Amino acid sequence: MASRAVELKNVGFETGGLWLLRGVSAEVDVGQTVAIIGPSGAGKSTLISLINLMRTPTEGEIWVLGQEVRAWPVRELRQRVGMVFQSPVIFPGSVRDNVLFGLELHRRPPRDVAELLQMVDLPAHLADHAAEDLSGGQKSRVALARTLAMEPDILLLDEVTAALDVHAKREVESTLLRLKRELGKTMLWVTHDLDQARRVADEVWFVAGGRLVERGTPAEIFNEPRSEALRSFLAEGGEVRS
Amino acid sequence: MSYVSLSFTVLFVALSIALSLWLRLGVERDIVVAAVRAAVQLIVIGYILKLVFASHRLVFIVLMVALIIAVAAWNARGRAKGIPGAFWRIACGLVVTEILTQAVLVGFGVIPFQARYVITTSGMIVGNSMVAAGLLMNRLRREVENGRNEIMAILALGGTPRQAMYPRLVQAIRAGMIPTIDSTKTTGLVQLPGMMTGQIIAGQDPVQAVRYQLMILFCILAGSAVTSIVIGFLTYPTLFNRYQQLREDVLT
Repeated sequence: MASRAVELKNVGFETGGLWLLRGVSAEVDVGQTVAIIGPSGAGKSTLISLINLMRTPTEGEIWVLGQEVRAWPVRELRQRVGMVFQSPVIFPGSVRDNVLFGLELHRRPPRDVAELLQMVDLPAHLADHAAEDLSGGQKSRVALARTLAMEPDILLLDEVTAALDVHAKREVESTLLRLKRELGKTMLWVTHDLDQARRVADEVWFVAGGRLVERGTPAEIFNEPRSEALRSFLAEGGEVRS
Repeated sequence: MSYVSLSFTVLFVALSIALSLWLRLGVERDIVVAAVRAAVQLIVIGYILKLVFASHRLVFIVLMVALIIAVAAWNARGRAKGIPGAFWRIACGLVVTEILTQAVLVGFGVIPFQARYVITTSGMIVGNSMVAAGLLMNRLRREVENGRNEIMAILALGGTPRQAMYPRLVQAIRAGMIPTIDSTKTTGLVQLPGMMTGQIIAGQDPVQAVRYQLMILFCILAGSAVTSIVIGFLTYPTLFNRYQQLREDVLT
């Protein structure tokens, strides 16, 4: 397997005459967790949506597991690169139906639901509950279990804990960290929670105004910011709007 | 009925205008436009049909049916704002419906292959299918707008556009068909349908008129189903690009 999970080469994305991203070059190693921080509207979510081809880069190339995204068969790419959204989508039916949803889309054999639920720290007895009745944190974890059931190599996490209370946030976060330790998943994790970025990341990317302004270890980014944009972003506690 | 007798019924238009003015409904202009358009369109079509019926030429039948379908597709297209190529897809659905229904009607000898039968039944079938097409397009837009998150979630799991759209498409197709099914259920109880009424007024035996009406009702039922399904399945792929992404430039 390629040691590079993701490689971005001078990536830009334009829509409606507006460049949401420009000149982004970076790489993520297999098993690495990258936290992406930056002001609202900076292009963070757009950036990760290019990696599983939910959007197509307007310029540049994105290599995923040794192949350019547009050269991948789309269905296979999206099975290998799982994505979890900020607001969890719950389909009608039980927790079991939801967890196995992706596998059924691909007519893949079902997996042990109890094991998948355990993976996201949910009790096995929830399997037959109506998924709609779960709490916000539980729904987030069901959506995560649904993505994990596909056994992706790379996880794209788009503010997955943003809508959760402090307790649920820490639960989902510790679940993800355990998955990283035990399964060695590569993760690109968009978050506006700077403490979370500090806790989870091997490397932090600071994106602002559609550019990858700075990247480094959490210590470098949070203790020795080089750019003025990052300094003022950190001074505002990450609440700056671009 | 003479034009003089007809002119007395203009009183109904005047009554509608008076009510609109009195209650400040603000629709008097629309009433006048609607009444004038209906009168001009029907009188013109009356003379054209007279010519076509007298000529007994196949080409005129085809031209008339093509005109009916073109106008219906253009009209239903208004409900499909933001959906690319809607006119041609609706027209295609209506053509399939027309061919299927007329093949059964003429093929099994239910009606003779004559202009007066083919054109009038086509008008009724296409007219009702047009309403189904408009409802389908309208609902499809709303389904995609309201279900965007679910569609994105299915695509992100590697699902195909068809898998992502199927539940939405079913709802839209149902929406296109339900009014026809409902009105068929109450037909004869709530209102006497147009074709039957016309035949009875023209002196036809009511039982014979009922047979014709049933024939046309069944055609309309099939027509709304065929039209909705054909247009639905032709339309949903246009909402996605070749990378199986929901197109941002449509439906906005």
